[in-house]
Amino acid sequence: MKTLPAVDVVIVGGGWTGLLMAKELGARTALSVVVLERGGPRKTEDYSTDMDELDYAIRFRMMQDLSQETVTLRHSPSQRAAPLRQHGSFLPGSGVGGAGEHWAGVFPRFVPDSFELRSRTIEKYGAGRLPDDHSIQDWGITYNDLEPHYTRAEFLLGISGKAGNLRGTPIDGGNIFEGWRSTEYPTPPTKIPYVSSLFREAAKSLGYHPYPVPAATTSISFTNPDGVSRPGCAYCGFCVLFGCMIGAKAQPTNTLLPVIQKQKNVSIRTGACVRRIVHDGAPLKGQVRGVTYVDASGEEIFQPAALTILASWTLNNTRLLLLSGLGESYDPATGQGTVGRNLTHQVLISAATVFFEKPLNRFMGAAAAGIRVSDLDGDLFDHSHLPFLRGGSFAVLNIASGPIANFGVLPPSVKARWGSDWKKAGLHYYDRTGSIGFSGEHLAYKGNYMDLDPTYKDRVGDPLLRLTLDWRDNERKMAEFATAKGVEMARAMGAKEIIPFPGLRTYDATKYQSTHLQGGTIMGSSPDRSVVNPFLQHWQFSNLFVLGGSSIPQNASSNPTPTILALTYRTADAIVERYLKNAGPLA
Amino acid sequence: MRRRQFLTLSAASLGGVLVFSLDRKSSLLTAQDKRLRIPLRFFDESEALIVAASASRIFPSDESGPGAREAGVAIYIDRQLAGPYGRDRFRYTQGPFEDAPAEFGYQGKATPREIYREGLKNLKGFDKLQTVERDKILEQIESSLFFSLLRQHTIEGMFSDPIHGGNVDMVGWQLVGFPGPRMSNYDDVDKHFGEAFRPKPVSLRQVTGIDVRPSEDEK
Repeated sequence: MKTLPAVDVVIVGGGWTGLLMAKELGARTALSVVVLERGGPRKTEDYSTDMDELDYAIRFRMMQDLSQETVTLRHSPSQRAAPLRQHGSFLPGSGVGGAGEHWAGVFPRFVPDSFELRSRTIEKYGAGRLPDDHSIQDWGITYNDLEPHYTRAEFLLGISGKAGNLRGTPIDGGNIFEGWRSTEYPTPPTKIPYVSSLFREAAKSLGYHPYPVPAATTSISFTNPDGVSRPGCAYCGFCVLFGCMIGAKAQPTNTLLPVIQKQKNVSIRTGACVRRIVHDGAPLKGQVRGVTYVDASGEEIFQPAALTILASWTLNNTRLLLLSGLGESYDPATGQGTVGRNLTHQVLISAATVFFEKPLNRFMGAAAAGIRVSDLDGDLFDHSHLPFLRGGSFAVLNIASGPIANFGVLPPSVKARWGSDWKKAGLHYYDRTGSIGFSGEHLAYKGNYMDLDPTYKDRVGDPLLRLTLDWRDNERKMAEFATAKGVEMARAMGAKEIIPFPGLRTYDATKYQSTHLQGGTIMGSSPDRSVVNPFLQHWQFSNLFVLGGSSIPQNASSNPTPTILALTYRTADAIVERYLKNAGPLA
Repeated sequence: MRRRQFLTLSAASLGGVLVFSLDRKSSLLTAQDKRLRIPLRFFDESEALIVAASASRIFPSDESGPGAREAGVAIYIDRQLAGPYGRDRFRYTQGPFEDAPAEFGYQGKATPREIYREGLKNLKGFDKLQTVERDKILEQIESSLFFSLLRQHTIEGMFSDPIHGGNVDMVGWQLVGFPGPRMSNYDDVDKHFGEAFRPKPVSLRQVTGIDVRPSEDEK
């Protein structure tokens, strides 16, 4: 193994969190920073020819190459896990920018009480209302701790939207249920396509409070506080699963990379697949020495570093800690160990698939340009007499309307699956079909977790990560409730026919859900129940920080990227202002 | 190297002049002697004729408009199977291979190429049958993995960008009113409410002026 000269900071993963941390350290310190990214290099110009549904949205050109490494899945600890041999319910990215390149760019903040989920729920409903096998916990921080960092993230990306709660004052037309915000969004809301405007009117007529989706597909040209400019959205419709051809959708490559490329103390090494975090093994107050990785030519390399930052997405963050023997693997039978616990996804369903009389012109739009309703999110409505806790938001977006993926979505009255009748119906309904999406909260349970698979290996022979994951009654009953509401909304939109969501049964790895997996290296206020402290610093190895969705103790219904970026800013502050002055535990 | 195989079709059945990416180059194909000889990358001619005939029953050419035949779906499928997708370049293919419930996704060892080769063995002579008989046979295999791939690939061949060999002259996009990679809808996205707005389709190569390389041409 080759050993390279030591650097001050090594960052594992070149997506949103890794590059944001690199940019912050590059700008605010003189430290030498190396980012190790296992995929290839990327830049905005790469996307000028990517508007091809087949290669990008069907063959997943931007996603992780599963022939090299995937994960295994089972529904309960008594089952044998099967490898996920092709992409399905989530889509991990690869390459500089990670999944932040192909994301939709929906950018909501979490509802404030989600940070204190356990205490607030017990306070209001009593401990008896928590599900039997839950492992819900508070984050160790509050919404107020994060508010300034949410604002920084919104200005970094130039988010388009309308405030609904400016320092406690409700504002009509925004999301009046959101946590207080210190400023208005940096750019005005996006244009609203036809089907979303139908949803806005329908929601209003039912007494809801619709508002424009906060969008990273910026409505007008915008220059962020780092001096990085991006153009306004052209509504071409090639957003989610694609990189933006003009750079209007904020992505790490068009938002962070232009700054990093000018920083002499930061470098990005692509094709560098990290295998282990090297540490001295001391159980209580250990130190991390850096990482080993395999480079593009297959050579194994040791990169020593004073500070190691793990930023390689939920699944890989967890897997690297497990492979490196950093901390104890969680065991659901005993409750011992912390690494891998609290795996959550997100209840993302089409509450109602809606068939209209009139054409919708669905090719025009952006994946985050639409209308959202959050009246039924979190604990904004009384759950005393409901058979579930928490809720979520509804949205109608003009999302992923490509003809390959969408041809043949037909109302229940059409029975044919091929042939002339099917073709005729498909041609008629292709541009007359909409969806009322619901993104709901997924609680944490003792039996939903990650560990290393005993059977299946990656291309270099390391064990794959094994997910043990299934829905519980709370999610099933929430989905049922959301479906009934979605059907009401669809009727108010003037639906000709409706397919209600058929119901959540077992976790289905074949149907795209979202790429919002969370947990595994969760944050918290006690080392007994969390891997990192509220500054995302490892409880035992103080020169290791873990960024990203893996630190979120349980899913909070909304898209997690804004919260993940806000947490990254907060950690960057803690490193620059406190850790570098006095290296050691911050909590 | 296998012997070069061609799909020979009458120009009338394909609707005239075609633009294909042949042998990894753009070229204009014109009918000579009212016949087109299209080089095949994966199928032999008899297989290609069966695929073309079955795709035409899934997405027929009929009173609602052109179908798989005019779109060149068989050529699209031939290229996909010849490329990285056909040999499962991007799928996790390490064993052990065990059965699992459907919600874990396809767990088999067979690649798309192998599934086609096996499926086509059972369809010998299919292209010589009458449409009623063809439909009967397809009904019998409706629940097979081969048929589900064939159906999915027929949709792909109808509606993918013409760089992939199907959707010839953008017939599929014209059928559904999809304009392809239109650079900007800024002036239109919040207009035309309730009425069909149908800009003329353009392909990726037309829009970008670049000889975009499709994934099936990669190693």
